Amino acid sequence: MASAQVHRDAEAKKAAASEVPVWARRGGWWWGLSRWTKWALLLGGAVIIALPFLWMLGASFKPESDIFGYPLRLQPTHPTFSNYVGIWHELPFFRLLVNSVVFAGGVTVCSVFFDSLAAYALARLRFPGRTLAFYLVLATLMVPFQVTLVPVFELLFKMHWLNTYQGLIVPRATSAFGIFLLRQFFITVPRELDEAAQAEGASEWYIYSRIMLPLAKPALATLAVFYFMNNWNDFLWPLVVTSTTNMRTLPAGLTLFAGQYVVEHGVLMAGALISLLPLAVAFALAQRYFTQGIATTGLKG
Amino acid sequence: MKQSAALSLGAAPVAARHRPRAVRLRRHARAYVFLVPSVTILVVFVGYPIVSSLWMSLHNWSFFATVQPYVGLQNYRELWHDSRFWGDLRNTAIYTGAVVPLQVGLGLALAVALQRNTFINKFFRSVYFFPVISSLATMGIVWKFLLDPTIGIITHAMVAVGLPDIDFLQSTAWALPSVILVGVWKSVGFSMVIFLAALQDVPESLLEAATLDGAGPWARFRRVVLPMLRPSMLFASVIASITSMQLFDSVYVMTGGGPIFHTETLVTYIYLEAFDYANPGYAAALSWVLFLLILAISMLQLRLFRYREVN
Repeated sequence: MASAQVHRDAEAKKAAASEVPVWARRGGWWWGLSRWTKWALLLGGAVIIALPFLWMLGASFKPESDIFGYPLRLQPTHPTFSNYVGIWHELPFFRLLVNSVVFAGGVTVCSVFFDSLAAYALARLRFPGRTLAFYLVLATLMVPFQVTLVPVFELLFKMHWLNTYQGLIVPRATSAFGIFLLRQFFITVPRELDEAAQAEGASEWYIYSRIMLPLAKPALATLAVFYFMNNWNDFLWPLVVTSTTNMRTLPAGLTLFAGQYVVEHGVLMAGALISLLPLAVAFALAQRYFTQGIATTGLKG
Repeated sequence: MKQSAALSLGAAPVAARHRPRAVRLRRHARAYVFLVPSVTILVVFVGYPIVSSLWMSLHNWSFFATVQPYVGLQNYRELWHDSRFWGDLRNTAIYTGAVVPLQVGLGLALAVALQRNTFINKFFRSVYFFPVISSLATMGIVWKFLLDPTIGIITHAMVAVGLPDIDFLQSTAWALPSVILVGVWKSVGFSMVIFLAALQDVPESLLEAATLDGAGPWARFRRVVLPMLRPSMLFASVIASITSMQLFDSVYVMTGGGPIFHTETLVTYIYLEAFDYANPGYAAALSWVLFLLILAISMLQLRLFRYREVN
């Protein structure tokens, strides 16, 4: 009986293998061709993906004559650092950089802190109106940012907050997305932990700051990366809220200078490269926090 | 989706109910303290503006005026007869219709091709993901230079191999496809990451069983892997659609909506109506139409995927 079973299994395997024609089997010519095609396509795609970055890198070391020179090439023929020197006085680049750091950094710090507070209350505390608070947060998640943009602009004007750091940061200092992400995490933390602490007389604040936050470090880091990246790269919001050059952030500032045709291409590319650098370095060091946020929200979907 | 998962509130501690009233009140007060910062910000800068935006759309609103004349649905009626709005809607629809399938399809192909954790695969994954961390506005400047007829390396390469000399961003035929290309370039890595995570959850045993049943690589992918990726496909395409319908940055930087409105999107029009033409009431009406369109597209995708799941 047993031997018959084994025999049948072997037959099934052979049948499975023979469904793939000889030329397409591992080692066959079709197999080889499709593998080469796959790698050629992947490489071609990667070149297209990398092209803007490579051109930006090359142009940032080119004198202006080289950018217009013929034939065009990616790498500079007469490499120069002058663009990296020029950027600091041809544009108010230092100011743009500071604004971006204050804006993206401020939003990140405030949001992660406020989100974690609200998430803790929604996940762990019991109080009248909890369901209401929860649905309020839920509702704000669905409405696109463009719907609120015009009224918020008017509100900031009335508060005399246009063109200020608080105007840039405060309206963004929390988000329903962040509250949900952290709430989902806090719910998974075993209740025994905080109940034991409570029994020993620990305050809510103690439980939040000494038990929950340390446990939530990976989730907090993922959220922080998400906030910093989105705000560092954001364009429409700083464009609307700020009106003078010395309050612009990097994307808004660089873009406006690019539109004026007075700034050299090489200088602009040096600026674009520097503005990409913090995120590129962070990505190289902590890649998983960049992909984790996307991947986990995708999986829960 | 994550919202629906979040809806199941965690069970509250039973012990809390039996505590004396004073203690309970003190605990409630503390809970409110934890919520105050977030709820205040959400009410002032999201909740109130949502209502305010709807209110504005019913007025001939002007910024900083004391009297705002009520016009009822006039703004929406005007919109219906505004050919510029319909043109922008068309551009937004073409962009979304092109970017979403390309982004999701290519993202899936990349994830399958780069699934195994080898050194070279990890390298390729990083390259394909890199545009996701860059700023669309800043990289829009670079793309504008790449497609420039004088200094653009892409234009020159095309001429060198005998293709026609096209001024992409000034051509009514090529400007929108160029913006689409940049959109796919920016976000294909985003979809790839979603599918890479989902592929890890396909159980090895299921694939082995399918192999024993005589399924080839293609059948295994179609019959085993693809059905398991359905939730991720829904998520990837809903997110891609929402982002695509809100397109602004690359258009503003690369074409400014031109040539002759051929790349202008709904959000570009909202921005211009509100902040350049000083017509916030009309912009608010536009933003509500955008909201309803996004809602409808998201619902449609949810229904479509659910329906297929039943079958």
